[in-house]
Amino acid sequence: MSKGRIRTTAGAGILVLLAGCNPEQSAFAPAGVEAERINVLFWVMTIAGGFILVGVLVLSAVAIYGGETLRSQLSNERFITGAGIVFPAVVLSMLLVYGFVVLGAGAGTPPSPDGIRIAIKGEQWWWRLTYVDADGNSFESANELHVPVGQPIYLELTTADVLHSFWAPRLAGKLDMIPGRTNILTLTATEEGVSRGQCAEYCGGAHALMSFHVVAQTQEDFQAWVAKESGPAVKNENGRAARGRQLFLNAGCGGCHTIRGTRAAGAIGPDLTHVGGRHSLAAATLSNNAQAFAAWISNNQHIKPENKMPPYNIFTRPELEDLALYLESLK
Amino acid sequence: MTRQYPAELPNKGPRPEEELEELKRIWATPKGFKLLTVVNNTVVGTIYIGAAFLFFVLAGILALLMRTQLAVADNNFLSQDLYNQIFTVHGTTMMFLFAVPIVEALGVMLLPQMLAARDLPFPRLSAFAMWAYIIGGLVFFSTIFYDMAPKGGWFMYPPLTLTEYSPGNNADFWLLGIGFIEISAIAGAIEIIVGVLRTRPPGMTLAKMPIFAWAMLIFAAMIVFAFPAVILATMLLELERSFGWPFFTAALGGDALLWQHLFWFFGHPEVYIIFLPAAGLVSMMIPTMAQTPLIGYRLIVVALIATGFFSFGLWVHHMFTTGIPGLSLAFFSAASMAVAIPSGIQVFSWIATIAAGKRPFRINVPSLFILGFLFIFVLGGLTGVMVAVVPFDFQAHDTYFIVAHLHYVLVGGMVFPLFATFYYWAPMVSRKMLSERLGRWAFWLMFIGFNTAFFPMHITGLAGMPRRVWTYSGYLGWDLLNSISTAGAFIMATGVLIFIIDLIRNFRLGGGGPENPWNAGTLEFLPTDVYSTRSVPHVTSREPLWDQPDLAQQVREGLHYLPNAPTGRRETIITSVIEAKPQYLMQMAGSSWTHVAAAVFTAGCFLLLTIKAVAIALISGVLAIVSFIVWAWQLDRPDQGEVDIGGGIRLPTYMTGPSSHSWWAMVIVMLVAASLFISYIFSYLYLWIVSPEVWAPAGSPALPPLTYPVNSAILLVFGSVLVYWAGKRLPPAGRLDLHLPLLTPALLMLAAAFLAGSVGVEVLGHLRMGLDPSANSYSAMVYMGSFLTGQAAFATIILCAFACGRLVSKRLDQKRSVTFDNAALLYWYTAGQGMCGLVLIHGFPRVIG
Repeated sequence: MSKGRIRTTAGAGILVLLAGCNPEQSAFAPAGVEAERINVLFWVMTIAGGFILVGVLVLSAVAIYGGETLRSQLSNERFITGAGIVFPAVVLSMLLVYGFVVLGAGAGTPPSPDGIRIAIKGEQWWWRLTYVDADGNSFESANELHVPVGQPIYLELTTADVLHSFWAPRLAGKLDMIPGRTNILTLTATEEGVSRGQCAEYCGGAHALMSFHVVAQTQEDFQAWVAKESGPAVKNENGRAARGRQLFLNAGCGGCHTIRGTRAAGAIGPDLTHVGGRHSLAAATLSNNAQAFAAWISNNQHIKPENKMPPYNIFTRPELEDLALYLESLK
Repeated sequence: MTRQYPAELPNKGPRPEEELEELKRIWATPKGFKLLTVVNNTVVGTIYIGAAFLFFVLAGILALLMRTQLAVADNNFLSQDLYNQIFTVHGTTMMFLFAVPIVEALGVMLLPQMLAARDLPFPRLSAFAMWAYIIGGLVFFSTIFYDMAPKGGWFMYPPLTLTEYSPGNNADFWLLGIGFIEISAIAGAIEIIVGVLRTRPPGMTLAKMPIFAWAMLIFAAMIVFAFPAVILATMLLELERSFGWPFFTAALGGDALLWQHLFWFFGHPEVYIIFLPAAGLVSMMIPTMAQTPLIGYRLIVVALIATGFFSFGLWVHHMFTTGIPGLSLAFFSAASMAVAIPSGIQVFSWIATIAAGKRPFRINVPSLFILGFLFIFVLGGLTGVMVAVVPFDFQAHDTYFIVAHLHYVLVGGMVFPLFATFYYWAPMVSRKMLSERLGRWAFWLMFIGFNTAFFPMHITGLAGMPRRVWTYSGYLGWDLLNSISTAGAFIMATGVLIFIIDLIRNFRLGGGGPENPWNAGTLEFLPTDVYSTRSVPHVTSREPLWDQPDLAQQVREGLHYLPNAPTGRRETIITSVIEAKPQYLMQMAGSSWTHVAAAVFTAGCFLLLTIKAVAIALISGVLAIVSFIVWAWQLDRPDQGEVDIGGGIRLPTYMTGPSSHSWWAMVIVMLVAASLFISYIFSYLYLWIVSPEVWAPAGSPALPPLTYPVNSAILLVFGSVLVYWAGKRLPPAGRLDLHLPLLTPALLMLAAAFLAGSVGVEVLGHLRMGLDPSANSYSAMVYMGSFLTGQAAFATIILCAFACGRLVSKRLDQKRSVTFDNAALLYWYTAGQGMCGLVLIHGFPRVIG
C-alpha cells in the first residue's frame, strides 16, 4: 500500500468531513487568542505526528519486505536506541518547551481594575452568569456569555452542585467547575460573532443538553448590552403579554425565577428578566420564540429529561400562548 | 548461551509406565458437575478467558447500542437515562470486567506453561478469584436490564455519585463490581508474582525468562501498588454514601478532587497494567513469526520496568483541566511525554526483530493482528503525546478526541494483541487450530471497522462534541462524522462475530492438537497433558526449543526433572528467585469445593450488602470466612522428607521462612496493605491542605489526652512481644506424644485480644471527646484510620485463632510452622501500621496546632 496516498487521503478526509460541520462550536475555527494558539499547536503536532506515523510504517514495511542491506540497518540495538530513545527524547523535549510557551502565554496580565468581572456558576443543567462592574453593581443572566472583543476576560468558574466544565471551543480550552473552588479561565475574543459552548464534564442526567452561547461584540455594543441587560424588564402593556405577565406571577413562576421590575424574585432557576433577548432557551436546547416557550412550559421533561423544572399543564391553550408571548417579549 | 547441562541430564530412560498413569490420576480434571471444583490452570484459564471474553462481547453490544443512538442527530433510539447507564456500564465492564481479568486469565493460562511448572503456586486462589469475578461480574452487568445500573461514568466522580445526586442503589452496584475486580486482581497479583519468581524451571535465570513473564511480573507489581489507591477510594465513597462520612463534600471540608487523585493514581497505571502484558505477548509472538530471537531483550525489560515506574507519575494528566497550578501541570506533562520513550523502545525492537528474521516474514493471522496493533498503537501513542501537551489538552479533554485516543491505545494496545494471542496460543489447549481463512476475515473487518469507527472521532471531538452526550443537535452538523463511526463500529462487530464463528467451528478443548505449529522457541509449546509437561526441563537459554532440538522428546519421555509424583500428590518445583536453582518441592492443593463456596459466599455478602439486606449479608460473610478456614485447613501438608527429582537432585518437601512460597505471598499481602495505608496517609494530608480549618484542635474537638494513644501503643507493643514469645514456644517437631501445648495458644489469643483492645482504645478516645465521624472531613479521616487498622486486625485475629486451632490439633510445630509464621508476620505488620496511624492521628494535629 502507498503510504503517501494514505496521508493525502487522510488530510483531505479531515477537510471533507469538517465541511459538513457547523463551525459554531468547533476548535478548528478559533475566534479567540487562546483557541488560536492551541489550533496552531494542534496542526504542528498533527503534521509532525503524521510524519512519524508514516516513518514507522515505512520502517515496518522495510523490515518485512526490504532487501538484505536495508534490513541489516534495522536489525540491531543501535537502531533501537536511535529510533526508540534518542529520536523521541529530542522531539519530545522540543514539544515540551513549545507546550510550555503556549501554556505560559495563556497566563496573561492581571485583570484591569476598571474591567467587568464575570462569574459563571454551573448548575444541573444550566449556567448562571453574574456580571459585576467596577462599582460593585451586579446583575444576573443565564446561558449566554457576552464579551467585548479584544479584551482579556477573566471568568470565575464555580459550581452549585456537581462537577461541570466550561468549554467555549472557539475561544479557549475548557476549565472545570469544582465544589469549594473558584477556577479562573482567561479568554480573549478576536472577532465579533456568536459561537456556542457546552458542558464538557459529565454532570449526570441532561449533561448532553447543557450548552450556551457566547456573544463577542465591540466594546460599544458590549457597553450598550450591559446597560440594557442590567436594567429591569421591559414594561409590556400589550393586552396578551400583560395577561401573560399576570399568569406568570399568579401561577407562582416567581418562586423560582426572577424578572426584575416585577415581584418575581425566585433564585432557583435562571433569571428571566431579558430571556426573550437571548439566542436560545433551556441552555441552548431550543431556539428562542413563543412556540418554544410554550413547548418548554408544558413539555419540558420530554424536551430535556430530568431538568429541575416541573412541567406545567395547568394552563389552557390560550393562556399558554399569552404566557409564551410575554416571555418572548422580555427582550 | 550453550551453557552445559548438569551432567546427569537427561536421565536414563525409559521411565516406568506407572509413573505416567499416576501423574494422570493425580492431575485429572474433575468430570461433570465436579468440574466446578477444578483448579488445573489450563481449565481455569480457559473458563476465565471465556468469561472475560463474554464481558467483552456484552460491553461491545452496549457500544453498538450507543453508536446506533448517535448515528444521527436528535435521535430517540435510547432514552437519556438508559444511555447514561449504558456508557457507564460499557466503560466499567471493558476496563474492570474484561481488560484486567483477561490479562490475569492469560497469566493463569500461559505462565505455568511458559515456565514448565505443574501449576501456579496457589491454584485454588486463581480459581477463587475467577469464581468471585464471574458471579460479581454477571450480577453487576445484569443491572442494566432492570434500570439499576450505575450512571456516573466509569470513573464515578463525586459529588455526582454521592447519595444527594445519585440516590438509589445504582452507584453501589458500581462499587460492588469494582470490589470484585479488586479482590481478584490482588489475588491474581500474588499468584503471578510468586509464580514468576519461584516456579521457574531450573536454570531459567531472570535473564532467560520469557518477556511475557517479565511483563506479568511488572503487571502484578503495579497492581500491588496501584489497586490499593482505588480500594481506598471506593471504601471512602461507600462510607460517605452509607454513613455520611464527608470525604468528598466540600462544604464539610472534603474535596471532590481527592477522588480524582486516588482514582487516577490507580487509573493511569491501570492503562499500563492492561498494555504491558499485551506488549509482552507481542514480544513473544514476533520472534516466532520471524524465527529469530528478540532483538533488544534487555532494552525491552528495561522499557517494561520504566513504563511501570513512570506510570505512577502521570495520573494528574487526567486532571489538567481541574485548575491545578502551572508547575504541577509542567511536571506531569513532562512525565506523560517521557512514558512515550519506553513504548518507542518496544516498537522499534519489534521492527528490528522482524528485520532480523528469516525470510519471508510469515504473514498469518497472528502477525496480521500484530501489524494492525502496531499501526493503531503508534497512532494512539502519538495522540497520547498530543494530549500530554497541556494547552492542547484544554481543548481535547473530555471530548470525542479523547474517546478516539483511549480506544486507539486500549483496543490497539490490548485487543488486537489479544486476538493475535487467541490464534497463536489456541493450539496449546485446543485439538484443532483456528481457521486461517476466517481469521483473516476477522482481522480485516476488525481493522477496517476499528479505524472507520474511531479515526473520525478525533475530528468530531475538536469540532466540539463532548464525550458522554446521549444526543446532539442536528444544527451542529456532527451527523456525517457520527454516521461513519457507527458504520465502522458495526463492521468491527462483524469481525468479532466471525471470530466467534471460528471459535464455535474449530475450538475444541483438549490435547492432541498440532505440536508447536509455529515452531516457537519457548516452553509452552512443549508436549503437555493435564499434569503440564511430563518432566520439567533444565533451561539453558531463552529459546530452549530452538537451542535444544531433542528437548521436546526428552521432556515427553520424562528424562528431565520430576518425571513422576514422588509425594504421591500434586507438587511443583520451587526455585530460587534470581538463579532459578531448585530449592524444594512444593506440595499443592487440588480440586475442592472450599474455594468455590468462599467465592459464592463472598459474592453473596457483597451483593446483599449492596441491596441493604444486612442480616443475610452478614450470614453470607460468616459462611465465606468458614469456607476460607476450611480451605486453608487442608493446606500446609506435613513434611514428606527429601525426594529425588532426577538429575541427581534431592529436594526437601517442606520449607519455612524467606525461602518458602507462603512467606512471599504474605509479604505481598503486607505490601498491598501498606500501599493502602499510604494512600490513606496521603488522603489525610491532602484534605488537611485543602481544608485546614476543620482540623483539630481549632476546627474540631480536641484530641484525646495522650494516655489514650500511649495505652493503645503499649497494647500493640506487648501484643507483638507475645507473638514473638509464642514463636519461641512452639512445640518441637515430631513429638506427638506431648500433651496439649496450652501456653502458646493462650499467648496468641492474648496477643489477638491486645490488638482488638488497641483499636478499641483508639476509637473510644475520640468518641469520649465527642468527635462525630460525619461532622467534617477531619473527623471522618480520624475514624478511617481506625477503620483500616481494625480491618487488618480482624484478619490478623482470624489468622491467630486459626494458628491456635492448628496448634491444638497438633498440626503446627517448630518445623511445620508456616501457619504461625503467616499469623506472626501479619500481626507485626498490623501493629506497625497501627503505630503509624497513632503517630499521624495524635501527632500531626499537635505539631501543626
